[in-house]
Order: sequence, then structure tokens, then C-alpha cells
Amino acid sequence: MKQMIKRLVWLIAVIGFGVGLYGMYLRFTTGHRMTDYGSYIPWGLWVAAYIYFIGLSAGSFLLSTLVYVVKVKKLEKIGKLALFTAFGCLIAALISIWLDLGHEFRVTRVLFHPNFQSMMSWMGVLYSSYFLLIVVELWIAIRVDLIETARTGRGGSAGFAKLLALGSRDTSDAARQADARKLKILGTIGVPLAIAFHGGVGALFGVIAARPHWNSGLTPIAFLIGALASGGALLTAVNYVWGPDKDKKQFNEMMKFLGKIVLALVLFDFLLEIAEILVGLYPGVPAEAQPLQAMLFGPYWYVFWVIHFGLGVLLPAIILFSTAVPGGRSDRSVAGPIAFACLLVTVTFLAVRLNIVIPGLINPEIPGLEYAFSGPGLKFTYMPTAMEWMVSLWVASLGILFFLLGEKLLPIVKPENREVA
Amino acid sequence: MALIDIEPHEIRQRMMDDLQRALKKPMQERHWAMVIDQDKCVGCTACTTSCVAENHLPPGVVYRPVIEEEIGTYPNVRKTFLPRPCMQCEDPPCVKVCPASATWKRADGIIEIDYDKCIGCRYCIAACPYAARTFDKGYFYSDGTPFIPQYERSPNFEYGEEWPRKNRDSSPVGNARKCTYCIHRVEKGILPACVTTCIGDATYFGDAKDPESLIAELLGSPRLRRLKEEEGTSPTTAYLV
Repeated sequence: MKQMIKRLVWLIAVIGFGVGLYGMYLRFTTGHRMTDYGSYIPWGLWVAAYIYFIGLSAGSFLLSTLVYVVKVKKLEKIGKLALFTAFGCLIAALISIWLDLGHEFRVTRVLFHPNFQSMMSWMGVLYSSYFLLIVVELWIAIRVDLIETARTGRGGSAGFAKLLALGSRDTSDAARQADARKLKILGTIGVPLAIAFHGGVGALFGVIAARPHWNSGLTPIAFLIGALASGGALLTAVNYVWGPDKDKKQFNEMMKFLGKIVLALVLFDFLLEIAEILVGLYPGVPAEAQPLQAMLFGPYWYVFWVIHFGLGVLLPAIILFSTAVPGGRSDRSVAGPIAFACLLVTVTFLAVRLNIVIPGLINPEIPGLEYAFSGPGLKFTYMPTAMEWMVSLWVASLGILFFLLGEKLLPIVKPENREVA
Repeated sequence: MALIDIEPHEIRQRMMDDLQRALKKPMQERHWAMVIDQDKCVGCTACTTSCVAENHLPPGVVYRPVIEEEIGTYPNVRKTFLPRPCMQCEDPPCVKVCPASATWKRADGIIEIDYDKCIGCRYCIAACPYAARTFDKGYFYSDGTPFIPQYERSPNFEYGEEWPRKNRDSSPVGNARKCTYCIHRVEKGILPACVTTCIGDATYFGDAKDPESLIAELLGSPRLRRLKEEEGTSPTTAYLV
């Protein structure tokens, strides 16, 4: 079963990468002309995909700190898996937002000519720090395994491991303890950093007074909880296929533990959404209520009701309630259904991100503006074009392939902990 | 009722004289402002069109649309027209959010964009409560025809520089763009294109810091309104309603 899923994921990623390449070809030959966003709805799928991936990354990373900082015993074997998942998502997020820029090759201006009044400049600083932190932390986490693979392994993988070990040879207990200490320090730095950069993305939207749909103190908090929910769900789904499943009972317990965390986070995230929706709708102030009405009852109502609420909250909640929550018979394997529920949460969370970005932009700033002048991009409706979907598909596939290759080549999960090595 | 003691044919002469006087002062001692009299606007959109022509605006980019509003029900129906240039805010949200330090407020009040610095993230477009900024995606009017005629490639002169539309990758393609109050014309002593083409003499322009100027007089009118002041943007562009 798991072998089949692995093959299926490879297949999807390779096909997605191939199909997506055509989108990338169009992106670099036609720029932004084949996209549906424009002057009045300036942001579209790629921005939504960016906050989606960066949320997955932040959530997965924050769960890794449960291992390295809080030392949660149940999760100790998946610390590296969480870190590596976070890394793959970070790469997808950065590429997604980079492709969205009108002048993508000027991106370094954000780092070298920042404006610290702009949340987006802070993103540049924080993502760079996060990128460095995650690389260093990941390297320390797999250092000993790399050295051991280099010693005992054969052929290419040993050579690759030796290369990545960067000349480090010390696998003594003292060195291992030093690694654990370093990981604790890095993880401890990582917690506020992840909260800052993802709360920061929420603030990037939240501070825009011109967009009442975003302009709320709850926005950064909802971003964080959403990141934990979706990132936690992704990690749980990934763990089912690539995680340490040799000890069946232990693995089952771990999946249930993760399932419970995800369930709580999904419900809490939904609670925040309900609060935003009800408080926004009640007074009926048009600028605040119209985006919500469009989200709930507009032409794309199914994105909220079917994809997000039905498949992303209700169904996973029912599955998780009936599998992860009941105690007792831990011999019964519930890992599969839990992973499936978490996969649903992960995939459908893109709907949440789209429902943040797009409804916030669909209200004409001045009533009647939509009829004042016509031209491409001078409209208040948005549906991603095939080219936009293909580019996002490519980005997602790239992230998945990065993960799959890394999982194959790096000691992310020890082979001896896996049922099928 | 006449607001100020001036004959219609004297308005333009006075604005031009005001302009010459303002240009003799150092930049930081003048503050360009625009007042639009909605009572006099007939909704002809000559300003919109002249702005497109003056700044060589491509498809999808517009600096001064005229928004129509219908008031009342038949037979008591009226229309009002709201030309919407850049508000050149005192506290511009677009400047605050720019991650690349590519846009700023000049000493004379104009919000400038450096097209060579703008990375095209469009955060400023999202932040502007007036939709005054638009995104140049790189279209040409001749798209779909065998070739792009030279006149579509000829430069505009925004902010006093030459910006030819060389190809679809070079600035101002890929940038956020907006009304400049035609500062390239103004600094040569010519009124903005929207002002000179307004058939109803409904758009006024001048130096708000010069108490003798027509614009300064109008800025003291009790009919004066500014758009969305509750946003805390303190717009410079004002309306007479």
C-alpha cells in the first residue's frame, strides 16, 4: 500500500512537473500577460499559493520544535522529517512569490534596499534567516547519520553522504550531545522566528486598511493557526508514507497523537474563521460584508462550502474524531484514515488561502470604478487561467520532487526504523 | 453662485501665471495640488483620453478614469462624475508598503515611482484605497496584429525621464504606474494634460503653498471634500461638490 502511494506521488510529481514546465515556458515568454490578475485585482493564485506553501512550512517547522525544543518523546523520530518537509515547502513558497513579481530579477532589492516600514521587506529578512536556520538545523540533525552512511554505505550514497558531511567525522556521545544542544538552541530561535515570519505574512495583509477583509487584528493569528493546522496535517500525511513505521504500536500511537493535534488545530482555525465571518457580516458595513458574502454566496461559493468546509473541515474532523480520539484499542491500525483526513486538510487548505487573497480584492474601491474604463486587468472578477494553474502545479511538483529526492538521498528517517527499508 | 471672483476665460491664464510663479521657488517651497469641481464636470472623459495620450498608457493602465454615479429615480435622475487622478496623499499608504524603496513622496508633494527600482510586487496597488495605481502587464494596442508600430514604442516622459516601451520585459512594463500630475509638463511650465483638455474648466491645478494662487483660494472653499479621509491618507487632490 505505502509503496503504491509512494509510486503514485512520484508519478503525480513527475507529470505535474512536466505539464507545469509548459506553464513556466509561458511565464518566461509572455510574462504576466496570460494571467487573470491585473490592475484592480493585483494578486491571484500565485500569491495564494505562496501563503499556502509558507504556511505549510511554518506549521511543519513549528512541529519540529516539539522534538528539538520541547523534547516530546512520541515525536522524536520524525524531527528530521518535519524539518525537511518544512524546507521543501519553503522552497515552493519562495519560488511561487518570486514568479509573481513583475520584475523577478530585481528581487534582491528587497534585501539590499529594504523599507522597514513595509511588512514585505521584513519578509525578505525573515525568510533569509529562516532559510539559513533550517539548512543549518537540518545539517546538524542529520550530521551523525551522514557520517555513519559514509562509513557503512556503499557506492554513490556513501560518497554523497561523505560530501554532505563536509569533513565532519566525530560521532562520539559528546558530539551527539553537543548536536542536541545546538538543535535545541536553533529550534528555540526558530520558534519566535517562525511566529514572526508567518504572523508577519498575516500582518502583511492585516495592516492594509484599504482592504477591510484583511484589516483585522485576527489576521496574523489566523495565519499562524492555519499554518499549524495545514502544516501539521501535511506532516502527519507525510509521516504515514515516509515515517518510522517499523514499531507498529509506536507508529500508531504517534499518528493518533498527531491526528489529535491536527483535529484541535483545524477546529480552532475554523472557530477563528467563524468569528471573522460573523463579526464581519453582522453590522452589514458593505466594505466589510461584501467580500464575505461573495465568499459564502458568490459565484465561487463552493470553494468555501464544498472544498474548504466539506472536504477540509467537516469530513476530516469526522474521520479524526472517530479514529484519532478514541483511546484503548491501540492495536487497531488507524494510521491510514488519519493520514487520509490529514491529506484532505492539507490539500484543501489552498481554498482558505484563496479565500483570504481574492475576496479581499473584489470590491471596487470607489463604487462604479468597474464601469469607468475598460482594458485587460481593469475588472473586479478573477479566475486563475490555465497558465497560472500550470505554473502553480510546477511549483508544487518541484517541492514534492525536492522532498522525494531528499528523502531518498538523505538520512531523513533511519532505514532501521522503517518497515520497508 | 460663483465661488471666486473670476471670469471663466481668466481661469487658465491665472493658473498658468500661478505655475510660472511657483516654478521660480525652490522645489520644497511649493506643493502641487489639484481641485476638481464636480459641479462643472460634464463627464466627457477628455481628461482620461488626453492622459492616456500624454503618458502613452498601454492597455490595462489608466491614471484618471471618470466614475459615473446615477442619483435618484426617473424622472428625477441626475448624474455626477468623479474624475479620479492620484490623490498624492500626505500619508500615502502605497509608499509605506513598498518593499523595495521604489516609491516616495517628493518635497513638492508628488508621489514618485522609480520604474527602474520597482520590483512589480503590486503591494502598493493592494494598499491604495483609491485604486489609483495600475499594473503594466506589457500589452500593446497592436497585440494580435503582425507588428508593433513605432508609435507604441515611443517614450513617455514621466517624472522628467524618457521611458520608451522597448519590449515587454523592460520598465515601465512589469511596474506599478499612476498619475504623476504630469509633473514632467508642470516642471516645463505647462499645465497637466487633464487640466488643459478639460472642456468644462472643472480641473484646477497649482501651488497650494502660494496664497495668491487660484488653487489656494479654492482649497479654502466650504464646498471642498476629499475622498475617503477616514483612511488617514490626507489626500491632496480635492473636490468641490
